[in-house]
Amino acid sequence: MDVQTLIDGLFKGDIISTTRLISIIENDFLKAEEISRRIYPHTGNAHVLGITGPPGVGKSSLVNKLALEWNKKGKNIGIIAVDPSSPYSGGALLGDRIRMREITGIKGIFIRSMATRGSLGGLARATRDAINILDASGVYDAVIVETVGAGQSEVQIMSIAKTVILVLSPGLGDEIQAMKAGTMEIADIFVVNKSDKPEALETVNDLERMLDYEGLNEKAGWQPVVVSTSSTMNTGIDELVTKIEEHQAFLAGMTSEKLHEKRAAMELIDTLITKIENEAIKKAKESPVYNELVKKIVEKKIDPYQAADIILKEYMQLSRQ
Amino acid sequence: MEFGERNACLHEELIMKRIKVLVAKPGLDGHDRGAKVICRALRDAGMEVVYSGLEQTPEQIVNAAIQEDADVIGLSILSGAHRVILPTVTKLLSEKGITDVLVVVGGIIPTDDHLFLKQHGISAIFGPGTPLKNAVEYIRENVSKERIH
Repeated sequence: MDVQTLIDGLFKGDIISTTRLISIIENDFLKAEEISRRIYPHTGNAHVLGITGPPGVGKSSLVNKLALEWNKKGKNIGIIAVDPSSPYSGGALLGDRIRMREITGIKGIFIRSMATRGSLGGLARATRDAINILDASGVYDAVIVETVGAGQSEVQIMSIAKTVILVLSPGLGDEIQAMKAGTMEIADIFVVNKSDKPEALETVNDLERMLDYEGLNEKAGWQPVVVSTSSTMNTGIDELVTKIEEHQAFLAGMTSEKLHEKRAAMELIDTLITKIENEAIKKAKESPVYNELVKKIVEKKIDPYQAADIILKEYMQLSRQ
Repeated sequence: MEFGERNACLHEELIMKRIKVLVAKPGLDGHDRGAKVICRALRDAGMEVVYSGLEQTPEQIVNAAIQEDADVIGLSILSGAHRVILPTVTKLLSEKGITDVLVVVGGIIPTDDHLFLKQHGISAIFGPGTPLKNAVEYIRENVSKERIH
Protein backbone atom coordinates (compact mmCIF):
# COMPACT_ATOMS: atom_id res chain seq x y z
CA MET A 1 0.00 0.00 0.00
CA ASP A 2 1.32 3.45 -0.80
CA VAL A 3 1.98 6.04 1.84
CA GLN A 4 -0.88 8.35 0.86
CA THR A 5 -3.46 5.55 1.17
CA LEU A 6 -2.08 4.73 4.62
CA ILE A 7 -2.22 8.38 5.69
CA ASP A 8 -5.83 8.62 4.50
CA GLY A 9 -6.55 5.50 6.56
CA LEU A 10 -4.76 7.01 9.57
CA PHE A 11 -7.01 10.07 9.54
CA LYS A 12 -10.04 7.76 9.49
CA GLY A 13 -8.69 6.04 12.60
CA ASP A 14 -7.88 2.79 10.76
CA ILE A 15 -5.70 0.67 13.00
CA ILE A 16 -3.86 -1.25 10.26
CA SER A 17 -2.86 2.00 8.51
CA THR A 18 -1.70 3.42 11.85
CA THR A 19 0.46 0.46 12.73
CA ARG A 20 1.92 0.06 9.20
CA LEU A 21 2.88 3.75 9.16
CA ILE A 22 4.75 3.31 12.44
CA SER A 23 6.70 0.43 10.87
CA ILE A 24 7.55 2.52 7.84
CA ILE A 25 8.88 5.40 9.92
CA GLU A 26 10.96 2.94 11.94
CA ASN A 27 12.41 1.22 8.90
CA ASP A 28 12.67 3.73 6.13
CA PHE A 29 14.46 6.96 6.81
CA LEU A 30 13.39 8.76 3.66
CA LYS A 31 9.72 7.79 3.79
CA ALA A 32 9.73 8.72 7.49
CA GLU A 33 10.44 12.30 6.60
CA GLU A 34 7.74 12.36 3.95
CA ILE A 35 5.15 10.91 6.37
CA SER A 36 6.15 13.19 9.22
CA ARG A 37 5.82 16.27 7.06
CA ARG A 38 2.36 15.33 5.84
CA ILE A 39 0.94 14.54 9.27
CA TYR A 40 2.64 17.32 11.23
CA PRO A 41 -0.18 19.88 10.80
CA HIS A 42 -2.58 17.38 12.41
CA THR A 43 -0.55 16.91 15.57
CA GLY A 44 -0.68 18.66 18.93
CA ASN A 45 -3.98 17.38 20.26
CA ALA A 46 -2.91 14.42 22.37
CA HIS A 47 -1.28 14.99 25.74
CA VAL A 48 2.15 13.39 25.50
CA LEU A 49 3.28 11.84 28.74
CA GLY A 50 6.83 10.59 29.28
CA ILE A 51 7.53 7.85 31.79
CA THR A 52 11.17 7.36 32.62
CA GLY A 53 13.24 5.85 35.42
CA PRO A 54 15.83 3.16 36.19
CA PRO A 55 15.35 -0.46 35.05
CA GLY A 56 13.12 -2.52 37.31
CA VAL A 57 11.32 0.25 39.20
CA GLY A 58 8.02 -0.81 37.65
CA LYS A 59 7.51 1.62 34.76
CA SER A 60 5.59 -0.84 32.58
CA SER A 61 3.39 -2.05 35.42
CA LEU A 62 2.63 1.55 36.31
CA VAL A 63 1.79 2.39 32.69
CA ASN A 64 -0.56 -0.60 32.74
CA LYS A 65 -2.44 0.72 35.80
CA LEU A 66 -2.36 4.31 34.62
CA ALA A 67 -3.78 3.48 31.19
CA LEU A 68 -6.46 1.33 32.80
CA GLU A 69 -7.50 4.10 35.19
CA TRP A 70 -7.56 6.70 32.44
CA ASN A 71 -9.44 4.40 30.11
CA LYS A 72 -12.13 3.94 32.77
CA LYS A 73 -12.64 7.70 32.63
CA GLY A 74 -13.37 7.36 28.93
CA LYS A 75 -9.96 8.32 27.55
CA ASN A 76 -8.29 6.65 24.61
CA ILE A 77 -4.63 5.96 25.30
CA GLY A 78 -1.75 5.23 22.95
CA ILE A 79 1.37 3.68 24.47
CA ILE A 80 4.86 3.49 22.99
CA ALA A 81 7.17 1.32 25.05
CA VAL A 82 10.87 1.50 24.21
CA ASP A 83 13.37 -1.22 25.08
CA PRO A 84 17.05 -1.46 24.12
CA SER A 85 18.50 -3.13 21.02
CA SER A 86 21.44 -5.48 21.38
CA PRO A 87 24.76 -3.80 20.57
CA TYR A 88 25.93 -7.18 19.24
CA SER A 89 23.15 -8.70 17.16
CA GLY A 90 20.96 -5.62 16.64
CA GLY A 91 18.03 -7.71 17.84
CA ALA A 92 15.91 -6.85 20.84
CA LEU A 93 13.70 -8.43 23.43
CA LEU A 94 10.76 -6.12 23.92
CA GLY A 95 9.23 -7.19 27.20
CA ASP A 96 7.00 -4.33 28.26
CA ARG A 97 3.83 -6.05 27.09
CA ILE A 98 4.28 -8.74 29.74
CA ARG A 99 3.40 -6.13 32.38
CA MET A 100 0.55 -4.74 30.30
CA ARG A 101 -1.49 -7.90 29.89
CA GLU A 102 -4.37 -6.38 31.83
CA ILE A 103 -4.87 -3.70 29.17
CA THR A 104 -4.08 -5.84 26.11
CA GLY A 105 -7.08 -5.84 23.81
CA ILE A 106 -9.06 -3.21 25.72
CA LYS A 107 -10.92 -0.91 23.34
CA GLY A 108 -9.30 2.50 23.21
CA ILE A 109 -5.84 1.34 24.28
CA PHE A 110 -3.05 0.88 21.76
CA ILE A 111 0.36 -0.53 22.71
CA ARG A 112 3.41 -0.50 20.48
CA SER A 113 6.83 -1.83 21.47
CA MET A 114 9.85 -0.21 19.91
CA ALA A 115 13.57 -1.07 19.93
CA THR A 116 16.14 1.72 20.33
CA ARG A 117 18.20 0.52 17.32
CA GLY A 118 21.32 2.16 18.69
CA SER A 119 19.91 5.48 19.91
CA LEU A 120 21.28 6.40 23.31
CA GLY A 121 18.99 9.06 24.77
CA GLY A 122 16.44 6.57 26.14
CA LEU A 123 14.22 6.59 23.05
CA ALA A 124 14.40 5.35 19.47
CA ARG A 125 14.96 7.66 16.52
CA ALA A 126 11.42 6.91 15.38
CA THR A 127 9.73 7.54 18.74
CA ARG A 128 8.86 11.17 18.11
CA ASP A 129 7.40 10.36 14.68
CA ALA A 130 5.45 7.43 16.12
CA ILE A 131 3.92 9.74 18.75
CA ASN A 132 2.98 12.15 15.98
CA ILE A 133 1.30 9.35 14.04
CA LEU A 134 -0.83 8.35 17.04
CA ASP A 135 -1.56 12.01 17.76
CA ALA A 136 -2.50 12.78 14.14
CA SER A 137 -4.93 9.85 14.01
CA GLY A 138 -7.21 11.92 16.23
CA VAL A 139 -8.09 8.78 18.17
CA TYR A 140 -5.98 9.22 21.29
CA ASP A 141 -6.47 11.69 24.14
CA ALA A 142 -3.04 10.87 25.50
CA VAL A 143 0.11 9.16 24.29
CA ILE A 144 2.25 7.58 26.99
CA VAL A 145 5.90 7.03 26.11
CA GLU A 146 7.87 4.66 28.27
CA THR A 147 11.62 5.11 27.87
CA VAL A 148 14.20 2.37 28.23
CA GLY A 149 15.37 1.82 31.78
CA ALA A 150 17.20 5.09 32.18
CA GLY A 151 20.20 5.98 34.28
CA GLN A 152 21.12 9.50 35.17
CA SER A 153 21.43 11.24 31.86
CA GLU A 154 18.78 9.93 29.45
CA VAL A 155 16.90 13.21 29.20
CA GLN A 156 15.73 13.05 25.57
CA ILE A 157 12.16 12.50 26.78
CA MET A 158 11.97 16.11 27.97
CA SER A 159 12.04 17.42 24.41
CA ILE A 160 9.15 15.15 23.45
CA ALA A 161 6.79 14.82 26.40
CA LYS A 162 4.62 17.58 27.78
CA THR A 163 4.53 15.96 31.19
CA VAL A 164 7.56 14.00 32.38
CA ILE A 165 7.14 11.42 35.13
CA LEU A 166 10.22 9.98 36.80
CA VAL A 167 9.49 6.64 38.42
CA LEU A 168 11.70 5.56 41.30
CA SER A 169 11.42 2.80 43.84
CA PRO A 170 12.57 2.48 47.43
CA GLY A 171 16.19 1.56 48.10
CA LEU A 172 17.79 3.17 45.08
CA GLY A 173 20.03 5.52 47.01
CA ASP A 174 20.14 8.39 49.44
CA GLU A 175 19.49 12.09 49.31
CA ILE A 176 22.67 12.81 47.37
CA GLN A 177 21.48 10.63 44.50
CA ALA A 178 18.30 12.68 44.51
CA MET A 179 20.26 15.92 44.28
CA LYS A 180 22.28 14.95 41.24
CA ALA A 181 21.70 16.61 37.90
CA GLY A 182 20.22 14.89 34.88
CA THR A 183 17.03 12.86 34.93
CA MET A 184 16.25 14.11 38.46
CA GLU A 185 15.85 17.62 37.09
CA ILE A 186 13.48 16.96 34.24
CA ALA A 187 10.53 15.46 36.10
CA ASP A 188 7.25 17.31 36.55
CA ILE A 189 5.97 14.48 38.69
CA PHE A 190 8.01 12.06 40.78
CA VAL A 191 6.52 8.66 41.45
CA VAL A 192 7.77 6.45 44.25
CA ASN A 193 6.48 3.10 43.05
CA LYS A 194 6.43 -0.12 45.10
CA SER A 195 5.27 2.05 47.99
CA ASP A 196 4.10 -1.10 49.78
CA LYS A 197 7.77 -1.63 50.67
CA PRO A 198 8.80 -0.39 54.12
CA GLU A 199 11.58 1.97 52.92
CA ALA A 200 9.22 3.87 50.63
CA LEU A 201 8.48 6.68 53.05
CA GLU A 202 12.18 7.46 53.34
CA THR A 203 12.47 7.76 49.56
CA VAL A 204 9.47 10.11 49.48
CA ASN A 205 11.08 12.23 52.20
CA ASP A 206 14.40 12.41 50.34
CA LEU A 207 12.64 13.59 47.23
CA GLU A 208 10.53 16.15 49.02
CA ARG A 209 13.60 17.59 50.73
CA MET A 210 15.34 17.78 47.38
CA LEU A 211 12.36 19.65 45.93
CA ASP A 212 12.46 22.05 48.90
CA TYR A 213 15.96 23.15 47.94
CA GLU A 214 14.97 23.61 44.36
CA GLY A 215 11.88 25.68 44.91
CA LEU A 216 10.50 27.01 41.71
CA ASN A 217 13.25 26.46 39.19
CA GLU A 218 13.15 26.09 35.44
CA LYS A 219 9.64 24.70 35.41
CA ALA A 220 8.18 28.14 34.82
CA GLY A 221 5.89 28.13 37.80
CA TRP A 222 5.14 24.43 38.23
CA GLN A 223 6.22 22.93 41.54
CA PRO A 224 7.13 19.25 40.93
CA VAL A 225 5.19 16.85 43.14
CA VAL A 226 5.85 13.43 44.63
CA VAL A 227 3.23 10.67 44.37
CA SER A 228 3.44 7.25 46.06
CA THR A 229 2.05 4.35 44.07
CA SER A 230 1.94 0.60 44.20
CA SER A 231 1.01 -1.20 41.01
CA THR A 232 0.59 -4.53 42.78
CA MET A 233 -1.67 -3.09 45.50
CA ASN A 234 -3.26 -0.70 42.98
CA THR A 235 -2.83 2.33 45.26
CA GLY A 236 -2.01 5.93 44.40
CA ILE A 237 -2.96 5.55 40.73
CA ASP A 238 -6.00 7.84 41.01
CA GLU A 239 -3.84 10.49 42.69
CA LEU A 240 -1.30 10.18 39.89
CA VAL A 241 -4.02 10.71 37.28
CA THR A 242 -5.16 13.81 39.19
CA LYS A 243 -1.62 15.22 39.27
CA ILE A 244 -1.14 14.58 35.56
CA GLU A 245 -4.40 16.36 34.81
CA GLU A 246 -3.35 19.25 37.06
CA HIS A 247 -0.11 19.55 35.13
CA GLN A 248 -2.00 19.36 31.86
CA ALA A 249 -4.32 22.15 33.03
CA PHE A 250 -1.30 24.16 34.19
CA LEU A 251 0.26 23.88 30.72
CA ALA A 252 -3.02 24.78 29.03
CA GLY A 253 -3.34 27.87 31.23
CA MET A 254 0.10 29.16 30.37
CA THR A 255 -0.26 32.38 28.47
CA SER A 256 3.44 32.55 27.76
CA GLU A 257 4.48 31.09 24.43
CA LYS A 258 7.90 30.48 25.92
CA LEU A 259 7.43 26.83 26.80
CA HIS A 260 5.99 25.93 23.39
CA GLU A 261 8.76 27.81 21.69
CA LYS A 262 11.36 26.05 23.80
CA ARG A 263 9.94 22.67 22.81
CA ALA A 264 9.70 23.63 19.15
CA ALA A 265 13.31 24.82 19.27
CA MET A 266 14.44 21.50 20.76
CA GLU A 267 12.54 19.66 18.06
CA LEU A 268 14.16 21.78 15.38
CA ILE A 269 17.64 21.26 16.80
CA ASP A 270 17.11 17.49 17.10
CA THR A 271 15.97 17.27 13.51
CA LEU A 272 18.83 19.47 12.37
CA ILE A 273 21.42 17.36 14.17
CA THR A 274 20.09 14.18 12.58
CA LYS A 275 20.14 15.77 9.14
CA ILE A 276 23.63 17.16 9.59
CA GLU A 277 24.92 13.82 10.88
CA ASN A 278 23.50 11.93 7.94
CA GLU A 279 24.65 14.46 5.40
CA ALA A 280 28.11 14.82 6.92
CA ILE A 281 28.75 11.10 7.14
CA LYS A 282 27.45 10.51 3.64
CA LYS A 283 29.80 13.18 2.30
CA ALA A 284 32.72 11.94 4.38
CA LYS A 285 32.43 8.46 2.97
CA GLU A 286 32.11 9.79 -0.57
CA SER A 287 35.30 11.76 -0.14
CA PRO A 288 38.16 10.36 -2.26
CA VAL A 289 40.57 10.73 0.65
CA TYR A 290 38.38 8.86 3.17
CA ASN A 291 39.95 5.42 2.81
CA GLU A 292 43.41 6.89 2.66
CA LEU A 293 42.81 8.82 5.89
CA VAL A 294 41.55 5.69 7.65
CA LYS A 295 44.78 3.91 6.71
CA LYS A 296 46.87 6.84 7.93
CA ILE A 297 45.09 6.80 11.28
CA VAL A 298 45.85 3.10 11.67
CA GLU A 299 49.52 3.79 10.91
CA LYS A 300 49.46 6.69 13.43
CA LYS A 301 50.60 9.07 10.70
CA ILE A 302 47.66 11.29 11.42
CA ASP A 303 45.18 11.62 14.30
CA PRO A 304 41.40 11.39 13.88
CA TYR A 305 40.96 15.09 14.68
CA GLN A 306 43.24 16.18 11.84
CA ALA A 307 41.59 13.70 9.51
CA ALA A 308 38.14 15.00 10.39
CA ASP A 309 39.31 18.56 9.75
CA ILE A 310 40.57 17.60 6.31
CA ILE A 311 37.21 16.10 5.36
CA LEU A 312 35.31 19.00 6.90
CA LYS A 313 37.39 21.55 4.99
CA GLU A 314 36.79 19.69 1.77
CA TYR A 315 33.06 19.58 2.49
CA MET A 316 32.86 23.30 3.23
CA GLN A 317 34.58 24.06 -0.07
CA LEU A 318 32.17 21.80 -1.93
CA SER A 319 29.10 23.39 -0.40
CA ARG A 320 30.34 26.87 -1.28
CA GLN A 321 30.53 25.99 -4.96
CA MET B 1 24.49 -2.80 14.70
CA GLU B 2 27.25 -1.59 16.95
CA PHE B 3 26.49 1.47 19.02
CA GLY B 4 29.70 3.03 17.80
CA GLU B 5 28.52 2.60 14.24
CA ARG B 6 25.19 4.27 14.81
CA ASN B 7 25.86 7.18 12.52
CA ALA B 8 27.34 5.05 9.81
CA CYS B 9 24.29 2.82 9.93
CA LEU B 10 21.93 5.72 9.57
CA HIS B 11 23.58 6.54 6.33
CA GLU B 12 24.42 3.14 4.94
CA GLU B 13 21.06 1.69 5.79
CA LEU B 14 18.49 4.36 5.17
CA ILE B 15 16.18 1.40 4.97
CA MET B 16 16.75 -0.77 8.01
CA LYS B 17 14.16 -3.46 8.49
CA ARG B 18 14.36 -6.05 11.22
CA ILE B 19 12.12 -9.09 11.37
CA LYS B 20 9.60 -8.51 14.16
CA VAL B 21 8.26 -11.54 15.98
CA LEU B 22 5.44 -11.68 18.50
CA VAL B 23 5.95 -14.59 20.90
CA ALA B 24 2.88 -15.51 22.92
CA LYS B 25 1.61 -18.24 25.22
CA PRO B 26 -2.03 -18.84 24.36
CA GLY B 27 -4.55 -20.27 26.80
CA LEU B 28 -4.09 -21.60 30.29
CA ASP B 29 -0.49 -22.63 30.19
CA GLY B 30 1.95 -21.41 32.78
CA HIS B 31 5.21 -22.85 31.50
CA ASP B 32 7.26 -20.44 29.44
CA ARG B 33 10.84 -21.59 29.79
CA GLY B 34 10.81 -22.73 26.16
CA ALA B 35 9.22 -19.52 24.93
CA LYS B 36 11.91 -17.50 26.71
CA VAL B 37 14.70 -19.60 25.19
CA ILE B 38 13.20 -18.98 21.75
CA CYS B 39 12.89 -15.24 22.44
CA ARG B 40 16.55 -15.12 23.32
CA ALA B 41 17.60 -17.09 20.24
CA LEU B 42 15.60 -14.85 17.91
CA ARG B 43 16.99 -11.76 19.63
CA ASP B 44 20.52 -13.06 19.12
CA ALA B 45 19.68 -13.69 15.48
CA GLY B 46 19.03 -9.95 15.11
CA MET B 47 15.26 -10.02 15.27
CA GLU B 48 13.03 -7.75 17.33
CA VAL B 49 11.04 -9.98 19.61
CA VAL B 50 7.97 -8.90 21.52
CA TYR B 51 7.14 -11.33 24.30
CA SER B 52 3.57 -10.83 25.45
CA GLY B 53 3.61 -13.23 28.36
CA LEU B 54 1.34 -15.93 29.70
CA GLU B 55 -2.33 -16.73 29.38
CA GLN B 56 -3.17 -14.79 26.26
CA THR B 57 -6.51 -15.25 24.53
CA PRO B 58 -6.52 -15.62 20.73
CA GLU B 59 -8.17 -12.18 20.55
CA GLN B 60 -5.38 -10.62 22.62
CA ILE B 61 -2.71 -12.28 20.49
CA VAL B 62 -4.20 -11.09 17.20
CA ASN B 63 -4.74 -7.65 18.68
CA ALA B 64 -1.10 -7.45 19.79
CA ALA B 65 0.15 -8.74 16.43
CA ILE B 66 -1.75 -5.96 14.65
CA GLN B 67 -0.60 -3.21 17.01
CA GLU B 68 3.01 -4.38 16.79
CA ASP B 69 2.74 -4.96 13.03
CA ALA B 70 4.52 -8.27 13.63
CA ASP B 71 5.89 -10.20 10.66
CA VAL B 72 5.77 -13.48 12.53
CA ILE B 73 3.65 -14.88 15.36
CA GLY B 74 5.33 -17.59 17.42
CA LEU B 75 2.93 -19.47 19.67
CA SER B 76 4.16 -21.71 22.44
CA ILE B 77 1.66 -24.21 23.72
CA LEU B 78 2.05 -27.20 26.00
CA SER B 79 -1.44 -27.49 27.40
CA GLY B 80 -3.02 -29.78 24.83
CA ALA B 81 -5.58 -27.20 23.72
CA HIS B 82 -3.81 -26.56 20.41
CA ARG B 83 -6.59 -28.01 18.21
CA VAL B 84 -9.00 -25.38 19.51
CA ILE B 85 -6.81 -22.37 20.24
CA LEU B 86 -4.47 -22.33 17.24
CA PRO B 87 -7.16 -22.42 14.50
CA THR B 88 -8.96 -19.64 16.40
CA VAL B 89 -5.86 -17.44 16.13
CA THR B 90 -5.47 -18.02 12.39
CA LYS B 91 -9.22 -17.58 11.80
CA LEU B 92 -9.19 -14.22 13.63
CA LEU B 93 -6.18 -13.13 11.59
CA SER B 94 -7.89 -13.84 8.30
CA GLU B 95 -11.09 -12.18 9.51
CA LYS B 96 -9.03 -9.02 10.09
CA GLY B 97 -7.65 -9.31 6.57
CA ILE B 98 -4.16 -10.26 7.69
CA THR B 99 -2.80 -12.81 5.30
CA ASP B 100 0.91 -12.06 5.19
CA VAL B 101 1.90 -12.93 8.76
CA LEU B 102 3.79 -16.17 9.30
CA VAL B 103 2.36 -18.26 12.16
CA VAL B 104 4.62 -20.88 13.73
CA VAL B 105 4.15 -23.04 16.79
CA GLY B 106 6.42 -24.59 19.36
CA GLY B 107 5.67 -26.93 22.21
CA ILE B 108 4.05 -30.30 22.71
CA ILE B 109 2.01 -31.12 19.63
CA PRO B 110 1.34 -34.81 18.83
CA THR B 111 2.41 -35.76 15.29
CA ASP B 112 -1.16 -36.83 14.52
CA ASP B 113 -2.28 -33.21 14.83
CA HIS B 114 0.37 -31.68 12.56
CA LEU B 115 -1.61 -32.06 9.33
CA PHE B 116 -4.76 -30.63 10.95
CA LEU B 117 -2.86 -27.56 12.16
CA LYS B 118 -1.12 -27.02 8.82
CA GLN B 119 -4.51 -27.13 7.13
CA HIS B 120 -5.53 -24.38 9.52
CA GLY B 121 -2.84 -21.88 8.67
CA ILE B 122 0.04 -22.94 10.90
CA SER B 123 3.19 -22.84 8.79
CA ALA B 124 5.57 -24.84 10.95
CA ILE B 125 5.58 -26.84 14.14
CA PHE B 126 8.72 -27.09 16.26
CA GLY B 127 8.65 -29.91 18.77
CA PRO B 128 10.93 -30.58 21.73
CA GLY B 129 14.58 -30.94 20.74
CA THR B 130 14.37 -28.69 17.67
CA PRO B 131 17.78 -27.00 17.30
CA LEU B 132 17.34 -23.25 17.83
CA LYS B 133 19.04 -22.48 14.55
CA ASN B 134 16.41 -24.48 12.64
CA ALA B 135 13.65 -22.27 14.02
CA VAL B 136 15.68 -19.13 13.26
CA GLU B 137 16.44 -20.24 9.71
CA TYR B 138 12.87 -21.29 9.05
CA ILE B 139 11.63 -17.84 10.02
CA ARG B 140 14.27 -16.08 7.94
CA GLU B 141 13.44 -18.12 4.87
CA ASN B 142 9.68 -18.07 5.14
CA VAL B 143 8.79 -14.62 6.42
CA SER B 144 6.82 -12.68 3.80
CA LYS B 145 9.28 -11.06 1.40
CA GLU B 146 6.93 -8.14 0.78
CA ARG B 147 6.75 -7.40 4.48
CA ILE B 148 10.50 -7.13 4.88
CA HIS B 149 10.94 -5.29 1.55
